[in-house]
Amino acid sequence: MPKATYIETEGKVHELDLPLGATFMEGAVQNDVKGIVAECGGSCMCATCHIYVDDAFLELLPEMEEEEEEMLEGATAERTPNSRLGCQVRISKALDGIILRVPGEQ
Amino acid sequence: MKKRVVIIGAGHGGVQAASTLREDGFEGEIVLISDESDAPYQKPPLSKGYLQGKQTAQAILFRSANYYNDNEIDLQLGVRVNHIYTQENQIELSDGSKLDYDYLIVATGACNRKLLFHGKIAEKIYYLRNFTDAKVIEEKINPARHIVIIGGGFIGLELAALAIEKEKKVTVIETEDRLMKRVLPEALSKVFYDTHKAHGVEMLLGVSVVDVIDGKTIKLNDGKTLETDLVLAGIGVIVETELTENSDISFDDGIVVNGFQQSNIPNVYAIGDCANHYNPFAKKSLRLESVQNAVDQAKVAASHIMGKPIEYNTVPWFWTNQYHLKLQMAGISFGFEEAIIRQSPKPDRFSVYYFRKEKLIAVDSLNRPADHLNARKLLAAGISPTKQQVEDFDFKLNSLLID
Ligand SMILES: Cc1cc2nc3c(=O)[nH]c(=O)nc-3n(C[C@H](O)[C@H](O)[C@H](O)COP(=O)(O)OP(=O)(O)OC[C@H]3O[C@@H](n4cnc5c(N)ncnc54)[C@H](O)[C@@H]3O)c2cc1C
Ligand code: FES
Repeated sequence: MPKATYIETEGKVHELDLPLGATFMEGAVQNDVKGIVAECGGSCMCATCHIYVDDAFLELLPEMEEEEEEMLEGATAERTPNSRLGCQVRISKALDGIILRVPGEQ
Repeated sequence: MKKRVVIIGAGHGGVQAASTLREDGFEGEIVLISDESDAPYQKPPLSKGYLQGKQTAQAILFRSANYYNDNEIDLQLGVRVNHIYTQENQIELSDGSKLDYDYLIVATGACNRKLLFHGKIAEKIYYLRNFTDAKVIEEKINPARHIVIIGGGFIGLELAALAIEKEKKVTVIETEDRLMKRVLPEALSKVFYDTHKAHGVEMLLGVSVVDVIDGKTIKLNDGKTLETDLVLAGIGVIVETELTENSDISFDDGIVVNGFQQSNIPNVYAIGDCANHYNPFAKKSLRLESVQNAVDQAKVAASHIMGKPIEYNTVPWFWTNQYHLKLQMAGISFGFEEAIIRQSPKPDRFSVYYFRKEKLIAVDSLNRPADHLNARKLLAAGISPTKQQVEDFDFKLNSLLID
């Protein structure tokens, strides 16, 4: 299983093995990573699964659909070039070792 | 002495209440009781990702398996609460045992209204409310070729869309003359109607079902009869009265609560679908059936127990997914005087802004997620754009939000 490292706002680190195909949101919620709220359960409707992807992996991610783009515009925490919605990106072999940071607010 | 909070129901409200209590430093006992045997999970994906086969059962759980233990939340599955004794501060469980509480949070949700013909609940009609129902429907849908769905509301239409994706022949029967009439304006009902039609759904509007025989033969009030393989229904929900009957807890369509989610019995709270509350955005008392409402009321009840009361005052919001249509609703449009459409240059992408006395009260957004998120901020801040600003697609509505 590919690994993903989540870093919570207060610094707590979760090094997790995620099942192939799981979204970053699911990986966070099912492992009790604090700060990923995911109110809509992965429907791209709430923007409370906002996550910052480490620079090294940004290029490897699939491109954003228009709706993810728009939802991020309205996210509570600052939107940066590293911003993605956790429910719209799935873990793959290519993303093994990815580092994800949780924003301060959702 | 440590205090004990007992939460009845481990759905969206119950789980959030337990989590918020712990996050806010509650040191007493938390007992979270659910009559379902499945670990707590999210409901909206049942009629979306789960039945579409895009989300697994594991993927819709609220928390990890260890979460409840790690946070000293005593999760009791497969246990039903039968009675509340408010004088004794005690509840009675389905095995006959009793449990004391210092604070009680009722988060029991709602249950499906069933179709009655000739005074009897019709058999072999399937409804969707929980994971057990979803598994049954999953099993029934697969071999069926023709599916009839009674009720053109959110859940019925989500089921219709996913049955179409599974290449079924689908018929929707709705008593009203248009879809989702209770909550949507005509322009939006029409987009959903046209989209379902374009996908091949047979729509029967303005007709009622007068009988269903053996889950196969459906008789309509216009004299017609339909034959089908499977009948599903989504005709609204009601709050069960069983739990509060014979108690002195006030009940009127739901448990009547104040702005802190307290019932007339101060240490008994109610949250979520089962709570009849005065909603400052609707400006009336009602029950709301949404994740937002359950989650935010859970936080209100928990903070009141923690002695840091905040009054319930969050913008209501809701969503539905059908095919490529994503509808997001903010605020409550009930009682609007004017509805203004903000049309994007692309089809099927617009938002409807509802005004009452020049004040913005609600916004429904179709495939316009940015409008939706802005609307929630505008409504929360009580800022109303002018109608001209709404109509002018080049005007940035978020420029009205001053941080
Ligand atoms: C198929 C479906 C799709 C939905 N889609 C959306 C959507 O897209 N967006 C949205 O915002 N909302 C949606 N909803 C509504 C949303 O799920 C509910 O509003 C929300 O779950 C309410 O939370 P709650 O905590 O009040 O109740 P629930 O989440 O329903 O939880 C109540 C729990 O209490 C248990 N219980 C009841 N009585 C007892 C008892 N006596 N003893 C022990 N346990 C008991 C029940 O079995 C249940 O597990 C949907 C609902 C369904 C069914
Ligand atoms: S979980 Fe709601 S947008 Fe990702």
